[in-house]
Amino acid sequence: MADGRKVKVHPVVLFSIIDSYERRKEDAKRVIGSLLGTVDANSVTITNSFCVPHTESEDEVAFDMEFARNMFDLHRRVNPREVIVGWYATGQDITEHSVLIHEYYSRESKSPVHLVVDTDLKDTEIGFKGFLSATVGVPGKTQGMMFTPVPVVVEYYNAERVGIDRIRNRTQSRGNLISLPTEFENVLDMTKTLQTMLEGVSDHVNNVLAGSAPVDQKIGRYLMDLVCTVPHMEEDEFDDMLNSNINDLLMMRYLGNVVKSQVALNEKLINTSTIQTT
Amino acid sequence: MSSTEPVVKQVQIGGLVVLKLIKHCEEDSGGPELVQGVLLGLVVGETLEITNCFPFPRTTENSDFDEVQYNEYQMDMMRSLRHVNIDHLHVGWYQSSNHGNFVNRAFLDSQFLYQSSIEESVVLIYDPLKTAQGCLSLKAYRLTPKMMSMYDSKHFTLETIKAEGLSFNDMYEEVPINIKNSPLSNMLLLKLKKENPVPEKVEYLNLSHSSSLERQLRLMMSSVDELTQESGKFVQYQRSAAKQHQSKLLYQQKRTVENAARAQRGEPPLPEEDFNKILRPIQQPARIDALLAAGQVSAYCDKVSSFSTQSLGRIFMAQAMDNKD
Repeated sequence: MADGRKVKVHPVVLFSIIDSYERRKEDAKRVIGSLLGTVDANSVTITNSFCVPHTESEDEVAFDMEFARNMFDLHRRVNPREVIVGWYATGQDITEHSVLIHEYYSRESKSPVHLVVDTDLKDTEIGFKGFLSATVGVPGKTQGMMFTPVPVVVEYYNAERVGIDRIRNRTQSRGNLISLPTEFENVLDMTKTLQTMLEGVSDHVNNVLAGSAPVDQKIGRYLMDLVCTVPHMEEDEFDDMLNSNINDLLMMRYLGNVVKSQVALNEKLINTSTIQTT
Repeated sequence: MSSTEPVVKQVQIGGLVVLKLIKHCEEDSGGPELVQGVLLGLVVGETLEITNCFPFPRTTENSDFDEVQYNEYQMDMMRSLRHVNIDHLHVGWYQSSNHGNFVNRAFLDSQFLYQSSIEESVVLIYDPLKTAQGCLSLKAYRLTPKMMSMYDSKHFTLETIKAEGLSFNDMYEEVPINIKNSPLSNMLLLKLKKENPVPEKVEYLNLSHSSSLERQLRLMMSSVDELTQESGKFVQYQRSAAKQHQSKLLYQQKRTVENAARAQRGEPPLPEEDFNKILRPIQQPARIDALLAAGQVSAYCDKVSSFSTQSLGRIFMAQAMDNKD
């Protein structure tokens, strides 16, 4: 229960939490499940999750522990490095039932993280908060549990970032299907993003020069770094480099086409041959 | 019996499945082994909707994961998922691949099994290397009906191939993919974008491509080698079959001459011997491997040309920027 602990969450976890919320039973108001991940010296990384069926009423909460253990075993087989690091609940607040469930999870992991995902959209967006528990009260007498907030940061693998950018719906309309673009369209997309970013930067610089935006030294330093990273090369060198690269690629294309036509020819020849076996 | 109209015209994947795929391949890519898993979802008209997936544990030399354990794992997983209301219908499987090297016997076998039990199943091929370079590379494939009927018959000789009219292009077909997100997921995506508007580590417009190109070339070389080997085997077979045919004719000729001579001398003719007992007819080598090798080579060639298109685009852009100043 060290302070200054960070919680890193991968987007796939948030997505599966939302998915299990969408698939919950008719009368359940929230869903609960286990979080799997790895524990570091000063941070906890959550990489996977699964939903556990539970029933909740005013006075009691029933939680299918057998199911949780079973699922954890199955997940363990695929990735033996993941351990239970906490649990999640959708909804807004922490209820008394959460304390009981948190106690259960304290048995499975040393200091479990409790992730609350706000699916009721209180702040007109999906919020997620992390909590660690701390015991409060006078030692010796009855002790209670207090949930202390912990900063949660979303972490991406490189490929995850690409995936997230791709599955985001660029247009405003709901229920739109996104198709996977060809490689060329991908490059076009990225160039457009780069262009907007450059425009934003140049607008800001113009505004500062005109005096309408405040001067910020940090941004100035970033811009200086940016301009310095453009490599300084002779015109001829640059041209040479470009040309040789272009030549390589064109040669590859030609080679690919030649091989393809060779294969087609090969097939034609073999298929039209006859074998006498009488 | 198989209709000429494709059974599945489109595949619709939920965003969650894409992310789970990426995560599994990312975490499990300890070595060059493939990662595999099962796709779950349902069929709606002509669209195959994939709503969830789960990975298969990797088989290493230490663990002896056999057929029984695989089935057990699958059954367990599906039963548990049913409890939390996740679609538990098998609709296909997924596999990771390096630069498109998935066209081999194992792929055919598995897809054939899936497609024969569930007609609409697809296989999703995901390329982690390409995705890390900036373009989400996910493709869905099905075996063509021609391929299915030929595989069923288990005869891979030239005659059957000719009869079906199968060429290396017709082995499998690609099905277009669409990605659909629920409204809540869209909200989450917007929020994630707000927090992290600029991708820090991903190089979308990277100009360096030579290492990737080298790798692709090497893979292409090895599959071309395979193809030449198979063709060599076939040519050898042709030659020996022709020789055998010649010697058979010769033998028959000798026989008839001998019989005529004997008839002249009044002796009974020699009994008709089955030629096949003397010289066993040579088996024709299965053409399936050659077909697969040809398919693999053409897959690599396609990959190389799309890769070079992309890189050429980037280079021309860099050139344009240079010309400006």
